[in-house]
Order: sequence, then structure tokens, then C-alpha cells
Amino acid sequence: MTLPVDMSTTLGNAWFPAPLFTASGCASSGKELAQFFPLNQIGAVVTKSVMSKPRHGRPTPRMAETPSGMLNSIGLQGPGIDSFLANDVPWLLEQKARVIVSIAGETVEEYSTLARKLRSVSGISAVEVNISCPNVENRGLVFACDPDASRRVIDGVRKTIGGDLPIIAKLSPDVTDLPSIARGVVDAGADGLALINTVLGMVINIDSMRPHLGGKTGGLSGPAIKPVAVRAIYQVHAALPKVPILGMGGVASGRDALELILAGASGVSIGTASFGNPSAIIEIQNELRDLLAARGFATMQQAIGYAHREEA
Amino acid sequence: MATINKNAIQQVVTLVSNKRIGAYHQILLNVGDVVKSCRPGNFVAIRVGGDSSKMILRRAFAISRVADNSQYGGTMELIVAPHGSGSKWLCSQQEGAEIDIIAPLGTAFGIPTEPINALLIGGGYGSAPLFGLADVLKNRGCKVDMLLGASVGSKIYAPMEGKRSVNSLKIYTEDGSMGETGRVTENLLDIVRDRNVDVIYSCGPMAMLSAITALVAETEVIHQCAVEESMACGVGICMTCVLPVQNEDGTTLMLRSCIDGPVMDGSNVRWDLVGKVPEALA
Repeated sequence: MTLPVDMSTTLGNAWFPAPLFTASGCASSGKELAQFFPLNQIGAVVTKSVMSKPRHGRPTPRMAETPSGMLNSIGLQGPGIDSFLANDVPWLLEQKARVIVSIAGETVEEYSTLARKLRSVSGISAVEVNISCPNVENRGLVFACDPDASRRVIDGVRKTIGGDLPIIAKLSPDVTDLPSIARGVVDAGADGLALINTVLGMVINIDSMRPHLGGKTGGLSGPAIKPVAVRAIYQVHAALPKVPILGMGGVASGRDALELILAGASGVSIGTASFGNPSAIIEIQNELRDLLAARGFATMQQAIGYAHREEA
Repeated sequence: MATINKNAIQQVVTLVSNKRIGAYHQILLNVGDVVKSCRPGNFVAIRVGGDSSKMILRRAFAISRVADNSQYGGTMELIVAPHGSGSKWLCSQQEGAEIDIIAPLGTAFGIPTEPINALLIGGGYGSAPLFGLADVLKNRGCKVDMLLGASVGSKIYAPMEGKRSVNSLKIYTEDGSMGETGRVTENLLDIVRDRNVDVIYSCGPMAMLSAITALVAETEVIHQCAVEESMACGVGICMTCVLPVQNEDGTTLMLRSCIDGPVMDGSNVRWDLVGKVPEALA
């Protein structure tokens, strides 16, 4: 007989009873998944990155399935922060779900404006600052590919939002030196890191003989990128062992989630797997609990970064 | 508590039969009580490829019809064209295979409370859900005429029993191999006028839906169409299947064809903007 595993986790000063989360952009604002499981049974709903104004996003086609993965090119379609705070957050809190609000901006100032609006909202567990969406018109605007721009965004959000609300910076794996970008945003005030955003990719349609996606490039997600996520989390945890990481990237099973935790993730977000199976998060959480128990872990937190331990 | 897709259930069901009909496969699934909440126009999202597949996304198929009284309990019929790797996998499944489905999903065709004159227009396998719809409309006392079109005769789906649920059926093929030569839109306005059509229900390629909308734009005819946009999830979370749709206040929004569709009012869809981005929002 195995004892129940304590599955709770923390990201900065925020506590969560379970370590599985939605991934921003893969659960909308939670309403759609509520038909398939009670939203309060997972760690938190990480909402789709919201901008200051309503936004159409990119033209269709927005999707291409690839071997064990997919490209998406949504381009941050959304209702804008005011509608989001008026409609989506209250609904999630009514469901007793914990909420991590993800924000995205085109300028350093837009992030600060968004942070100012969040400051007065009660009931939010943390804010994810998405500085790594690949689907923007100008690749120069992917803040997370530029150490200085990354720091300025996080610094602006930290100063605006004040002391308590944990800030999680979502980073891109498409950089040469991820630990240095991570160190920069932590120095600027990030309490945690979300790793990884999608990997920039492209599919060419061999009938039209042009890029298939309306936005030409898209973000690659799904099991195809899981080794990239494990590597990124392992590298950053080695460099910054005290900084909590919300891990994501191709997780589709409890085994995958455990791999990310062993690499150094304090929590695991499920994105693309929910597209194929809307109950995936709950199933993965249950599988993870069994896998931890079978390996003798009394708490999930004991497994965080366990792959880094010294050779016996 | 869920507010979207309230009747949708994810379940593993058994394939009862798989028959080839012309260019298509007629697939019957034993789905149980969920048939009670399936309406014409709804769709089903099916996991394809088996557990070790490199295909990670479900495939969406229109529910052709459901039955509640067969020897198997509730059954769901799909008409599938084996085009891509996902639909080919489904068409290769044998009797007894276990299939992971989510249904019913999306909006349904609006059913009038009064007996009206309905014209059902199907392109290719798009005709599949129209026969189930025809049954419902006939039971409401509606007059139901049907136009079916395809490039070639083998791509016309018109089962014998389906023909009984319509008052008239006219077939068009582009190569003339079945019915009249041409497209379903050929004499559409004459047909609408001669038969006093109140509502057009359509399902088929986007170009056909767009052409029908343009033809009836100046008439009083209501055009309900089931759209087809590629989807990653089918349940509203991925935002890939959007179409530009005009609101009552005149603004255009990118709406998800999986939860705000597949059945939409053709006159609200900004067909000119499909594949483009509407004017910026205020």
C-alpha cells in the first residue's frame, strides 16, 4: 500500500493544491473545459494572454498538424483586458478555480498598463507576463529574444503591480542563452518562469507551393517539442535553482509531466494535449500522482529538480 | 458549471458497421443515450490513429443522422471521405473497433415552428447531415426540396432511404456524369421563386456557401449554412477555426466555427474577409 502523495506546489508566494495547470492560449478563459472537468480540481487556470484592447489576431489558416505536433498562428486574438476582467475572471472565481492571468503587450508601456489594471483585482493567484508569443508581425517585438527588452518589461510590471502578486515571465526557447535571459528577468523582479513557449516553425503547402499558415510562421507545440522543454527547464533550474518554474511543452501523459518536474519544474501546464483530449489535465494529474507514489515520493515537491542530484 | 457544449460527452464507443458508398464510407457508431441530445448540424470530434499515432488532433465530422430505435440502442451515422490521414484511418476501422468520440458539438440548424418551404443544398459529402435534417423538417410539416452537387457522380451522396424524406431531389455534377451538368447555384433564384422557398439550409464547400449567400442577398430567404474550417480542438479552446462574422451592431468579430458554428446565418458571415483580418476593433 502506498501513502497518498501531497501534490501541492508553490510559485512564488502563491500556493496551489495541485501541480497541473492549463497553458495560456490553450484553455481560452476556462468556460470551454468546464464541461469536461471541474476547474477547481487543477492547480490553476492560466488564461489566454490578454492585451489592452480587443484584437482579431491573424488570418486563417491558423493551424497545421505536424508529426506529433502542430503549428498555430493565432496572433493573440482576444477580448481586451476590460472585457476580460469584467466577464471572465469573475466567472472563474465563481467556479472556485484559482486563476493566473496571462498578459501580452506590444510595448513595454502596454505591459505596465495591463499590470495597473490587474493590481486592483482580487482573487488572482499570479500574473504570467507573456513576452514570448511568436505570432507577432515583427519578430523584433518578441521581447524574450532580447535580454534588455525582457528586463524592461518585467521591471515595468513589477514597479506597477507592487509587492505581493507573483510575476511569472513566460520565455521562448528560441534563444542562444536561455539561462542569461532567465537571470535578467529574475533580477528585474520576476518571481517565477514559464518555460517554454512554442518554437517558431513553418509548413509549406506543396499544392499552393506557399507557406500554409495565413501568418506564414507559427508556433510549434505538442509532443514534438517535449525534449526542448526538458532541456530548457533543466538548464534554467541548474542556473537558478531557487526560482520556481512552471514547465510546459508537449506534455501528454503523467510520465511527461514527471520528466519536466525532475528537470526542475514546480508545476506543469498542459496545452496542446487538451486539444486532442479535453480531460487530459485531470488524467495526467492522476497518472503523475501514481508515478510519484510508485517512486516513493511523499510529496510532489521532493521530485522537483531530482534529476540534478549528485551521483550516489 | 459548464455553459458551452452542455450536452457534449467524451466516450469510447464501438463501431457497428463501415460500408463503402461511392467515394465515401458510411460509418455507424453505437453511441448510446447521447443520440437524444444530437441535433441536425451538430458534429462529432474523433480521436484518430490509435494510441501511438503521430496525429495528435481530433478530426471533426458532421453527424449525418442518429437513430434511437435500432437493435444497438443509440447509433450515430457519419459519411466520411477518406481524404487525409485521419479520415483514412477512420475509414479503415473494422466492425467492433473502439473509437474515442466527443459529441454532440457545435450549433444545430434552426428548426421552424411553422410548416415552411425549405430548400436543402448539399455539396459533395456535405449532403450527409441534410437527410437527417430533412426527416426533422418533414415531421414538422415542412415542404422539403433538395439540390445536391459534386464534381463527379461518385461524389454525390444520396442514399435511397434519404430520398424518401424529401419532396424533390435534383442532382448536378460538373462533368455531367450524374443529373444535370453544372452547379447547384445554376438556377437557384428561379427555384427559390417558383417554390416560394422560405429557408435555405446548406452544407458543403465554403465557395458554395458564399455563392448561395450572394445569390439570395436581395431576397427574403433565410440562409442557414454549416461551415467548414479546419479545427485543432473542436471544443472552443484553440481559436484556429475562426471566421469573420458581422455582429448586430455592425462590427465584425472572428468567431469560432466550432462553438459559434458550424451552423451560422450565411448573411452574417463576411465571406469577402475569409482568410483576411477584419478592420481593427475600436
